Formats: sequence, C-alpha cells, structure tokens
Amino acid sequence: MYQYDWSVISRNMDVFIDGALKTLEISAISILLAIPIGILFGLGRISKNKIIFIISSTYIEIIRGVPLLVLLMWIFYVLGQFFSLGSYWGSIVGLALFAGAFIAEIVRSGIQGVPKGQMEAARSLGMSHTKAMTHIILPQAFRRVLPPLASQFIMLIKDSSLVSVIAATDLTLNAKNLVATSFRSIEVWTFVALVYFIMTFSLSLILRYFEKRLLKSET
Amino acid sequence: MISIKNVNKSFGDHQVLTDVSLEVPKSNVIALIGPSGAGKSTLIRTINALEPVDNGEITVDGTSIHDKKTDINVARTNIGFVFQSFNLFPFLTALENVTMAPMKVKGLSKEAAEKRGKELLSSLGLEDKFDAYPNRLSGGQQQRVAIARALAMDPTVMLFDEPTSALDPEMVTEVLDAIRKLAKDGMTMVVVTHEMGFAKEICDEIVFMAEGKIVERAAPSKFFTNPDTQRAQDFLSKVLNH
Repeated sequence: MYQYDWSVISRNMDVFIDGALKTLEISAISILLAIPIGILFGLGRISKNKIIFIISSTYIEIIRGVPLLVLLMWIFYVLGQFFSLGSYWGSIVGLALFAGAFIAEIVRSGIQGVPKGQMEAARSLGMSHTKAMTHIILPQAFRRVLPPLASQFIMLIKDSSLVSVIAATDLTLNAKNLVATSFRSIEVWTFVALVYFIMTFSLSLILRYFEKRLLKSET
Repeated sequence: MISIKNVNKSFGDHQVLTDVSLEVPKSNVIALIGPSGAGKSTLIRTINALEPVDNGEITVDGTSIHDKKTDINVARTNIGFVFQSFNLFPFLTALENVTMAPMKVKGLSKEAAEKRGKELLSSLGLEDKFDAYPNRLSGGQQQRVAIARALAMDPTVMLFDEPTSALDPEMVTEVLDAIRKLAKDGMTMVVVTHEMGFAKEICDEIVFMAEGKIVERAAPSKFFTNPDTQRAQDFLSKVLNH
C-alpha cells in the first residue's frame, strides 16, 4: 500500500513558488509579444493588399498546423543552430508565435463580426477608412474579442508547461526534477495540477471582472 | 444642387442602373419611389459614393463625387446619409454618436460639438436621451438620433434610404415629422420611400424608377392622380388600392 507523504510539498515549497513565478513570467512576456503579433497579422488577414494577406495567412496556417510541442522543439533545435536563443527566450518566442496566430484569427473574426453598416455609417460622415477603423470598428471588435481573448490567455498559461521539454525552467520542469529526486510523483503532480488551476482560475476571474466593467456602461 | 448625368452601374452581369440622369435643384425634396429591385437604393448610395458607378458623373454642390481627384471624405461631410437600419454606433451614447464625426473629422472641440449635438437632439425631441445607448432607444428614437448625427456635419444635402421601412408603424410619424421639418427649413433632400402619403405631401417632385431606369418624373399632384406611363399606373394601382 502506497504511503502518502504530503510533506514533500511543504518541504519544497520554494521550488514550487519559483517554478510558478517562472511560468507566470514566461506566459506574461509571451502574451505581451503575442498581442501585437496577433493584431498585426489579424489586420493583415483582412488586408486588401495581396502580399500582406498571403504573408499573414501563411503564418497563421503554418502555426495552426504545427503542434506547439513540435514548434518549441523546432525553434530550440533548428532555429537554435542560427540564433543562440537558449531555452528561456526560445520558449517565449515559441509561445508568442503560437498564441499570436490564434489571436490573429480572433482579431480577424472580431473585426469581421462588426456589421458592415457600421463602416458605411462612419464613412458616410466623412471619416477616412483609417479613422473609421480606429474610432468605430476596432472599439467594437475589441469588445467582441474579449471572451475568446481571455480563453487564449488561459490556454497560454497551460501550454507554457510544454516549455519544460526544451529545458526551460518553469513549474512543470521543477516538478519533474523534484519527482526524480523524491519519487513522490502522486503528491507532486497533484499539487502541480492544483497550482496551475489556481493560476488560471484567478486569471479567469480577473479577466471576467474587467470584461463586466467594460461592458456594464453600455447596457 | 445634385446633378446626376448618364450613370450606369452593374453588379456582375446584372445592370442595376441604366443611363440615369437627374437634377435636384437647391431646397427641393425628391422622392424616389418604385418597386423593389428598381435600383432606388443603389442610386441614392451612388450620390455619396457608398456605391461606385461604372460610368457617368454625379456632382453635389459643384463637387464631382466619383472623380478620382476628389477627396471623398471631404465631399461626404457635405452629404448627410440616413440608413434604413439606422446604423448607430452601439458603444456610444446618443450624444456621442452625434459628436463623434464633428470632433474627429472637422476637428471641433468637445464643448462645441456637444453644444451643437444637444441642440440637434433637442430639436428632434430627444432632449432627455443624450446619455442613452442605442439599445435603450426605440426604433423611431434611434432613427432620429441618426438624423441628428448626419445633420451635425452641417451638410447641404440630405439623403434618406428608406428611413421608415425598419420601423414599427406607430413610430413612422415621428421620423417623417423630422424630415418634414427639414424640408420646411429648405434642406435639399432625396428620399427613397414607400410612404406615398408623405411623398405626396412634402415632395416637390416624384421620381419613379423601375428596372434600373427612371421611368417617370412628375409633380406629386400629377403623378398620384394621372401618371403618364403604364408602368407607373400599374405600380400605383398596386400600392394605393389596399
């Protein structure tokens, strides 16, 4: 009969805290990079300029078609031949490129979801295409994309656990190492699952609060 | 004020406007009527270039609208457009809907734009709706906000594309009253409408379209009692005898 020893958790709390902070750090930097990538390529995806459209579509399709695990491996081992990214920046680049492609699709659908009459009304008042985009279309698209964007942020925290395969220090890698020395896989992985859940659920609550506050004024 | 000369337009193989020419003198109100698919909406949308033309020329207040050299954004500030489906900006209050374009396009200060916006909304009976979001307004109120929004740019002509077609019957009057008031103030207007009584009462001329062509133009008194063309007679017998 297996003897549980949960003290492995409390005795190694610093390892979990360090790992969790690294996970949050990698996720946060990746998201901050993924948002501009997503907006840029999302706009590119609806661009009338053929070249911009093709570049954006190619990027999105390739990233969506390659598993994140493989993408991280590819960046670390293949791109790593040419740029010394290291596991830390390799992870961030991989996650940002990956989330960026999904955010691009969210941005595109958000913009296209705004009724056509909105652009026509703005243009009929003498606004240029850019002004209409900035003042009328994007504010509405932004409100539409908040829920899917929130899910994307949460997914990114979870997906970031994969960076442990290219030896980037995070919660999952620290847990793996701890299991290797303590042999307490049941206790460690149960606790790690709980820590991921606490991180994602807190983020979910925070984002929901902001979403509510933003939309409240309009109803 | 508005001059349309030999305008043709097709969507693919389908010719929607065939050699359309029309003059609208200053302060005149023209009703565009006709069966659906006649090209009325397409025609009115070409006047502010929401719809491009294949050939022909349209000038508004001396500006050639479809000329590549014309800055269409400047030209459009002179042409108010009211849509069938209102197209208010849902994330802005009634007042913000009205002040947005004067501030962003004409560079008016917030104070000046709000002062003018409040005047316009009040003149349309919306003095207690400044801070209401569109989804809190009835269809008639939304359309009046849309009219105020167009007027806020101080246009010299106003175009209405079936302004009452999306409204519940009891709200038609309030919107027609607003248009009637503009007519009294001497605004040059083109109105696509199915409200025959309204067209008869306020319009200087009825322009009857069918199959992409202007079939008949006449003063309302003549058009509604004794139209020249068979096509107009058929149309009127259908819409008036029920």
